[in-house]
Amino acid sequence: MEALTYCKPEVMNDVLVVTIDCPGKVNKVSSAMLNEMEVIINNAKSKKYKGLAIVSGKDDNFVVGADIDELTSMKTEDEIRAYITKANSVLSRLEKLPFPTVCVINGNCLGGGVELALVTDYRIATDSTNTVIGFPEIKLGLIPAAGGTQRLPRLIGIQHALPLILQGSTIRARRAKRLGIIDEIVIPYGLKEIAVKKVLQLKGKRTIKRKRTFAEWLLESNPLGRSIIFSQARTMMMKQTRGLYPAAVAAIDAVEYGYKTTIAKGIAKDSERFVHLVQTYQSRSLINLFFAMTDLKKNTFKKKEKNVSKLAVIGTGLMGSGIALVSLPLCDTVLLKDTSLDPITRSMAQIRKSLEKRAQSGAIRNFDKEVMYGKLIPCDDYTYFKNTDLVIEAVFEDLKLKQDLLKEVEAVTGDSTIFASNTSAIPISLIAKASKRPQNMIGMHYFSPVPAMPLLEIIKTAKTADWVVATAITTGIAQGKSCIVVKDGPGFYTTRILAPYLNEAVVLIEEGVSMNDIDTAMLAFGYPVGPIALLDEVGIDVGAHVTIELGQMFAARGATPSNVLPLLLSKGFKGRKNKKGFYMYDSPKKKGMRLPNEEVYTVIGKVTPKAISVEEIQQRVSLMMINEAAHCLQEGILSSPRDGDVGSVLGLGFPPFKGGIFRYIDHEGAGTIVDTMMQYYNRGLERFKPARILADMAKTDKRFYKD
Amino acid sequence: MAKGDRIAIIDGCRTPFLRSGAAYRAMMAYEICRHAVKGLVAKTGIPNDMVDHVIMGSVLTDVKTTNVAREIMLAAALPNTIPAYTCTVACISANAAIISAANLIVNGNADCIIAGGVETFSDPDIKISKNYRQFIMDLTMFKRPKTVVGKLKLLKGMSFKDFIVPEQPEIGEFSTQLRMGDTADRLAKRLGISQGNQDAFAALSHNRAAAAWEKGILKKEVVPVVTPQGRLVDKDNGFRKGVTPEKLAALKPAFDKRYGTVTAGNSSFLTDGGAAVLLMSETLAKKMRLKPLAYIKSYAFTAQDLWEELLLGPVFSIPKALAMGKLKFKDIGVWEIHEAFGVQMVAVVQLLASDSFCKNRLGLSGKLGEIKLDNLNIYGGSLSLGHPFGATGARLVTTCANRLRESGKRYGVVAGCAAGAVGNAIILERS
Repeated sequence: MEALTYCKPEVMNDVLVVTIDCPGKVNKVSSAMLNEMEVIINNAKSKKYKGLAIVSGKDDNFVVGADIDELTSMKTEDEIRAYITKANSVLSRLEKLPFPTVCVINGNCLGGGVELALVTDYRIATDSTNTVIGFPEIKLGLIPAAGGTQRLPRLIGIQHALPLILQGSTIRARRAKRLGIIDEIVIPYGLKEIAVKKVLQLKGKRTIKRKRTFAEWLLESNPLGRSIIFSQARTMMMKQTRGLYPAAVAAIDAVEYGYKTTIAKGIAKDSERFVHLVQTYQSRSLINLFFAMTDLKKNTFKKKEKNVSKLAVIGTGLMGSGIALVSLPLCDTVLLKDTSLDPITRSMAQIRKSLEKRAQSGAIRNFDKEVMYGKLIPCDDYTYFKNTDLVIEAVFEDLKLKQDLLKEVEAVTGDSTIFASNTSAIPISLIAKASKRPQNMIGMHYFSPVPAMPLLEIIKTAKTADWVVATAITTGIAQGKSCIVVKDGPGFYTTRILAPYLNEAVVLIEEGVSMNDIDTAMLAFGYPVGPIALLDEVGIDVGAHVTIELGQMFAARGATPSNVLPLLLSKGFKGRKNKKGFYMYDSPKKKGMRLPNEEVYTVIGKVTPKAISVEEIQQRVSLMMINEAAHCLQEGILSSPRDGDVGSVLGLGFPPFKGGIFRYIDHEGAGTIVDTMMQYYNRGLERFKPARILADMAKTDKRFYKD
Repeated sequence: MAKGDRIAIIDGCRTPFLRSGAAYRAMMAYEICRHAVKGLVAKTGIPNDMVDHVIMGSVLTDVKTTNVAREIMLAAALPNTIPAYTCTVACISANAAIISAANLIVNGNADCIIAGGVETFSDPDIKISKNYRQFIMDLTMFKRPKTVVGKLKLLKGMSFKDFIVPEQPEIGEFSTQLRMGDTADRLAKRLGISQGNQDAFAALSHNRAAAAWEKGILKKEVVPVVTPQGRLVDKDNGFRKGVTPEKLAALKPAFDKRYGTVTAGNSSFLTDGGAAVLLMSETLAKKMRLKPLAYIKSYAFTAQDLWEELLLGPVFSIPKALAMGKLKFKDIGVWEIHEAFGVQMVAVVQLLASDSFCKNRLGLSGKLGEIKLDNLNIYGGSLSLGHPFGATGARLVTTCANRLRESGKRYGVVAGCAAGAVGNAIILERS
């Protein structure tokens, strides 16, 4: 046998044990790895083994999925086809081996890794908190085409399999066992021996008879029941994605086709679907985004950071509690400070609940829940603040309040304490005016709800020290966030580009366009929430605050924002939080949309209803955001288009399948964008004047990205 | 630890003390005390990994967490590389923990130790009857009969009651079979201390505790706790503001129901809570630029007659500790003595001021001195703040050290009595 570098075979007690150990930190399904696997299987067939066991040579991953780098480097359709066909042929040969096969999963087992596991007879997983299983393909605009869409539903039932395939979320060993993906859970040591012992216990191939509930049997065992499942799944998927994600459509088609024909035919068709999907704009965008996010989880300021073991959060509302929760795994002590202990009590009860949930799912160990809860100290004064490494304030957006807090904190802490403001709009340098140590001042702008939102916008002022930036990034990454570092300025990056976007939506209302039309148009563009609904969610008070905070800057460019939001606020409109917003929150939805609140028009004045094209709504509203992002890059607020892309998608919901604002500009062409903007500009809408950088690029036909 | 170094008390921190059965009811002891430890570390601002050792006192330890000190420090997110052990000497368990810590530092085994203690009476281990226990052990461990007949044979000699009635929890002194309150009544009768005197001391204690909370003095020693059940506890709940000796006089005797004078009003009550103190070598404290509240000057443990002197530990240990520190009675400016019963406090003050007792029983030349009420337990004591057995000593040391700093007095005494007729006194010197 030739020298193997990806898969290492050995024989133990007549059992062939294959250790997957690709060069690098993680195991990936690459052509090279598949080739070696093929060699091993071909050799195995001719020999008399009692069985085969597959384990990983890595400590914290089994196989993390396909090698995306290799995939994106494939130039032709044939290359992609060859790759996926090879994967499928290796897997089906593995499945057909005449003796029992076992695999042991310790750590990440994703995509191709799961598909590999699915062709073995018996799957063992470890109880390590690192062990997670899932099909993330959908997040890259792809489907699990190496048998995933075929074998998983047959193993665990269509109704359990579809969400896993369609949502791309991961599950832990405990849940996987309940679902039937995993047969057994073991401790993460002696895995080879366990696998061999299991192989020897299995007498021949296994046919699994799964227990099904009566309802499941009724629906899934016949074509009629299945057609109900698929049609419901389609309706739900269309509602969520509006048909903008071809992979989601393909995934349901793939599962259904497999049931209508055979597994083999299903897999053959899946390979074709895969070849097509890899080449779609959506998949390329999503993969680019994935790379950008991964990039932003690396700390470029590394080695300058200080350890954050004691952290304080001031202001324990939803935001503060969220920041505290995500900080628990990385800190020894987390202080929760508020004006009184009552809000902190509520906050701690919430945190406790989340910890209990995480312990339940197996994400953390049971006692770790106690350890983490034991890190929290409720504070109504600064008694416990000595030597705090990082203080993050998440109080009400009020400059004076924030400056007062800053002074109080500086009085009880020293030179090594960072003060971070979680403001969404107030310039950090303005707050820092009250500071004795402006070099320790930074912005850490989280997004609500913090545990779920993957972005952290870090704002550095001209005075912020490098070690402070480095520490903020390290902290953010440890909290599980992709971190973009931006320069200080009104609204930084995310709030700044959101403001004109929301403003344009409000202007459309003033022009007489219906709220539902605006939101529907933007949903169709790919935003997860329409701008008007978003205003209600975020709060009209917050919107008004931002309008005032950023108004001057825009006015100076001849783009004075509408005064509708401050006006509404003065009449007591705050949005969903006080059930007085653009929409009605007491009456039921109609066709999935809330009813507009007619009271709004009594405040802004009667408008003549006007219908404009969906395209115009989409262009006007989205272009305001796009153009502002270009301004940010031009002014150096953003240091790269990559940061702008990640920020716009993860923070503001810019359609992920468009890859982010700058990828989108590249895709459409700066020339097209500028032409469209000029159309509106020439109508007398001065705010549509393209940013210089866009105009220049249009002239020279340049792109933001080379690839 | 450099030569000539003293042992520094950097600071102390405790949870609010609650009457048993209140908000800590569903919590295990370690869950309570971790907050005191975390609060202490945060307050002093030391890095977590500076701690070399954790020692905790506890009396009624849960069998699930027999080395409760270890669970406490783990659940306070201290590094798991720090050794921890639990010690027990009834009501002076925390005193013993603190002295053990001091000795480890003196011996050069450690430079920084968290010592304290914890107690919860809300959920004591209640045992099934002894016969039932033996039956189960024989059935599953020792004899393991294979046949049904053999199994049935094990039932021989057992009664139906054995299966349903649990064993009475041990509440008396093991060797004398006297309950603590019986000893208190016995002491009251022997020394002729009236219920009025006992109640007066108890009322004073309650009102002092209430005043100290009102003035915010005790808040500084107490870390707020949010229980896992979501309830906020930020204050002791045992003291009764405005209580008078007259009101207390109406209470019925709690132990000797016929002729007793010891009532629920002049006894300390069952309490849940935890407390911790940070000790360091003087050199390390200086290096860390920490300003200690006080240093340990000297200490003494004593033991006495179990029938007549069980509650008189301080009377014996205070003179001994003074002698160890080469100090005189008048050098002491601050007194913090554990209040087990009103009668015990009155007796301690009375006996130390008695020429005959001090000469005959302590071998002194005359009375030790009269402890002035103005200097004794001025922020309340165990009668009003409560008495979680394992934790009280750490509370006393913290309060004593804080009082030294605020009063400017040089020396302070912490003393306590314990079941088994053991006593302890620790003398602190202001830094």
